[in-house]
Amino acid sequence: MIIKQLSIFLENKSGRLTEVTKTLGDHNINITALSVADTSEYGILRLIVSDPEKAVIVLKENGFSVSLTDVICIVVPHKPGALNKALNVFSTEKISIEYMYAFEMNGKASVIMKVTDIFESIEILKKRELELLKASDAYMV
Amino acid sequence: MIWNESIECMNREGIRALQGKRLVETVERVYHNVKFYRNKMQDLGLEPGDIKDIDDLYKLPFTTKDDLRENYPFGLFSVPMSEVVRVHASSGTTGKPTVVGYTRKDLSTWSEVVARTLTCAGIQKHDRIQIAYGYGLFTGGLGVHYGSEKVGATVIPISGGNTAKQIQLMQDFESTAIACTPSYALYLAEALEEQGIDPETLNIKVGIFGAEPWTENMRKEIESKLKIKAIDIYGLSEIIGPGVSSECEAQDGLHIFEDHFIPEVVDTNTLNPLGYGEKGELVFTTVTKEALPILRYRTRDLTILKDEVCSCGRTMVRMEKCTGRSDDMLIIRGVNIFPSQIESVLLEISETKPHYLLIVERINNLDTLEVWVEVDGVFFSDEIKKLEFLTKKITHAIESALGIGVKVKLVEPKTIERSEGKAKRVVDKRII
Repeated sequence: MIIKQLSIFLENKSGRLTEVTKTLGDHNINITALSVADTSEYGILRLIVSDPEKAVIVLKENGFSVSLTDVICIVVPHKPGALNKALNVFSTEKISIEYMYAFEMNGKASVIMKVTDIFESIEILKKRELELLKASDAYMV
Repeated sequence: MIWNESIECMNREGIRALQGKRLVETVERVYHNVKFYRNKMQDLGLEPGDIKDIDDLYKLPFTTKDDLRENYPFGLFSVPMSEVVRVHASSGTTGKPTVVGYTRKDLSTWSEVVARTLTCAGIQKHDRIQIAYGYGLFTGGLGVHYGSEKVGATVIPISGGNTAKQIQLMQDFESTAIACTPSYALYLAEALEEQGIDPETLNIKVGIFGAEPWTENMRKEIESKLKIKAIDIYGLSEIIGPGVSSECEAQDGLHIFEDHFIPEVVDTNTLNPLGYGEKGELVFTTVTKEALPILRYRTRDLTILKDEVCSCGRTMVRMEKCTGRSDDMLIIRGVNIFPSQIESVLLEISETKPHYLLIVERINNLDTLEVWVEVDGVFFSDEIKKLEFLTKKITHAIESALGIGVKVKLVEPKTIERSEGKAKRVVDKRII
């Protein structure tokens, strides 16, 4: 249930994003989902990839500041109100979300989330019958 | 006008004889009163009797800023603290500023040399001088203040900053002279322009500018924008503060008040004395100071000395405007900063030794300091708010250590060039 997300520090200068995608492509690493959080001077690129451990090694070799972060991915039906229903669970259970981003998979919406206390959160979400994506599935979209 | 004509226009033989006599007295005093100098002289096999006249100056040991730091705070004082009536300290940082002390006589000497400086600039008793140097531990404000009172000018002790008030007082009090850093003078000029105030409507006719290096081009700019005469003054707290040397209205080198401070220029590598006309590091020996006499202080400022008599009639040796340093010290808005000080702040924040780079620029005539810090595994968080918190923490730590505002920028690893030898820590983009 715990998915390893790559977090990469990027200065706001042209070409840096291209170098990340080139490095991953050259090493046959596929990108499942991505998001960029940006400030005026730098951004953090967050990626779910097919082989996170290998990606860390090759990105570090290419001079990037990169780390692995534990995230979860919930799957909700691709229809109006579905995300709201899921998020209600988070608020009633008082699970706070640091950040989130979404992608579509098999006609369903998948939402990557960084939550506080990931182990406890997983237990609660399972009890509340939310669908959580397995790491291996997330890597192999 | 010359403040002390009998001294300032004395013939060379007379000056040298006076310097020699005072040097012998100074050496005698520090040998017996300051352990640091006694040890240094003994290491060189020197006794006070070996110093007979000015030609023996080169035998004496050098003093550096580190020596002052290592003897923090009062270790180099040559009189009991009961005789010390004032202390000042460098902006210095890392907990070890350089501290200097003055006896009552030292303060009187200081006022005398600043009075000479002001007279060099044409400032007299009927003038109103706005002192926009900082007051406090920094020697600029109070140093110029007491010299101005000695001249008999009307002092407006406004201290640094607060530009709107500076302009208002210039208008209301009809100030005729201003003392500040040259970059602040340009900043004032722009503020006047923005407010649509024609400098011709003000009464300012002269400015005495020091505490940072500046060039002839900057002088031209200040003079044309503010419609004043811009006079370069020089001083450093270790020697006395402002009043070590000053340009006269001829603006052709700074007259060193060498009856109090003996200048030398030495080769930066060999430390051998150089002659007039040769460029090297400026070294001073104080020969009248009581609280903190200093032998052969290495200023790290690079200059050339010349001994020709000036068109103003003064015979004192002149130094060229200082524009370079022999070490990595930066002067930013009048504050002395060593890259090592920022390094030690960064070391306290992170467990690993961070790579950093200082970018210095002059924007709208004000110096800015940007500190680039590499984000590595230890620093890196995938949450923006944590990175922002870190940036604030570093900014705050550096600002409280240096006393000036900085901008911290997080950069990617390996952004900062690695070198085999001495790391390049500073990019100074200022054109001065």
